[in-house]
Amino acid sequence: MNFLFNYVLMLADDALIIAQRLSEWAYRAPFLEEDIALSNISLDLFGRATLFFNYAASIKGSDSDADDLAFKRHEREYVNLLLCEQPNGHFGDTIIRQFLFDSFYYLFFSKLLKSSDEQLAAIASKSIKEVTYHLRHSSKWVIRLGDGTSESNKKIQESINHFWMYSDEFFIMNEVDEKMQEMKVGVNREALKSVWLKNVKKVFKKANVKIPNETNMISGGKQGLHTEHLGHLLSEMQYLQRAFPDAKW
Amino acid sequence: MVMKTKINKVWKVLENIPDPEIPNISIVEMGIVRGIKYDHDTLNVIITPTYSGCPAMDFIKTEIKENLIMKGINDFEITTSLSPPWTTEWLNEKTKNKLKSIGIAPPEKQMECPYCNSDEVKIISEFGSTACKAFYKCMHCIETFEYFKCI
Repeated sequence: MNFLFNYVLMLADDALIIAQRLSEWAYRAPFLEEDIALSNISLDLFGRATLFFNYAASIKGSDSDADDLAFKRHEREYVNLLLCEQPNGHFGDTIIRQFLFDSFYYLFFSKLLKSSDEQLAAIASKSIKEVTYHLRHSSKWVIRLGDGTSESNKKIQESINHFWMYSDEFFIMNEVDEKMQEMKVGVNREALKSVWLKNVKKVFKKANVKIPNETNMISGGKQGLHTEHLGHLLSEMQYLQRAFPDAKW
Repeated sequence: MVMKTKINKVWKVLENIPDPEIPNISIVEMGIVRGIKYDHDTLNVIITPTYSGCPAMDFIKTEIKENLIMKGINDFEITTSLSPPWTTEWLNEKTKNKLKSIGIAPPEKQMECPYCNSDEVKIISEFGSTACKAFYKCMHCIETFEYFKCI
């Protein structure tokens, strides 16, 4: 197994799948400014995915390119976190999904900056600037909704209760993570957990919302074991490349 | 010497290619062109994206290719570099004034309305019509305007 290739692919898939989800908000967000905001964040994440996919394709060599990796794999070959593929739900659901994701990736990239792999460090230096304002945006919304009306507070608390079970997967180290950390290429995910939890709690406190008790955590995305939602997402995202392979425009 | 002349010629060509989203500024002024140098025999044009999802990057590459070929420069490569990451600190004063002249508040910590220079401004959205801009309103002249974000 090429560990570096698989490592880069995990990071690429996370960005691609959540970017695709966010893009589903285009023209449908609650109001114009937020429509533009979600589309901008989606675009940044597609950009991040492209950087990782280009790198993955260059590691794989031969004739593989970024589009092949993004559009021509089957569901079980995707190694994104389960959180990324979850449906948008209502606006508060999307905000919580994004907030959990951004607060993890902010910490992750601040470590990946020091990777011994030059290209990964370079992508991290680019991405950290963007995830910083994504996190600022999602945090503000968590606070605004949580600290808004009793209805918005109730709804966003339900969103947290719903998405919390996917949050432990950020910190699971699989074989690829361990190998990459050993080589000082990758990040120790487990070590990020306590700071992540502290940061999340700080925002939740301002928002008058709580971390749910006793959640049964689920995982499996990094082994290709996905929820039912990824297949539906792919059927839409891959449609063009499946119907007209190698189409260019 | 021949190499140096050629490098200068390429700079001149690139200085005349407008940024596709803010056309009164060139891709050189925007800090997208990071360098032009010879790697052995190949002339290498090094560019960097402003934002990682910048949809204009492919267009910019095509523009560079077409413009250089039109000036008879055929043997070159375009390389994308990510580090150091693009920053608005690379925009000089002249470029910032050009932004202001088309109603975009330049990337400064002390922001002013590009129309009336008031500092009584209010953010409408941190996200604007392109990845690099935020949306503001001036409370003095009541105009809305875009702000080129510091990153």
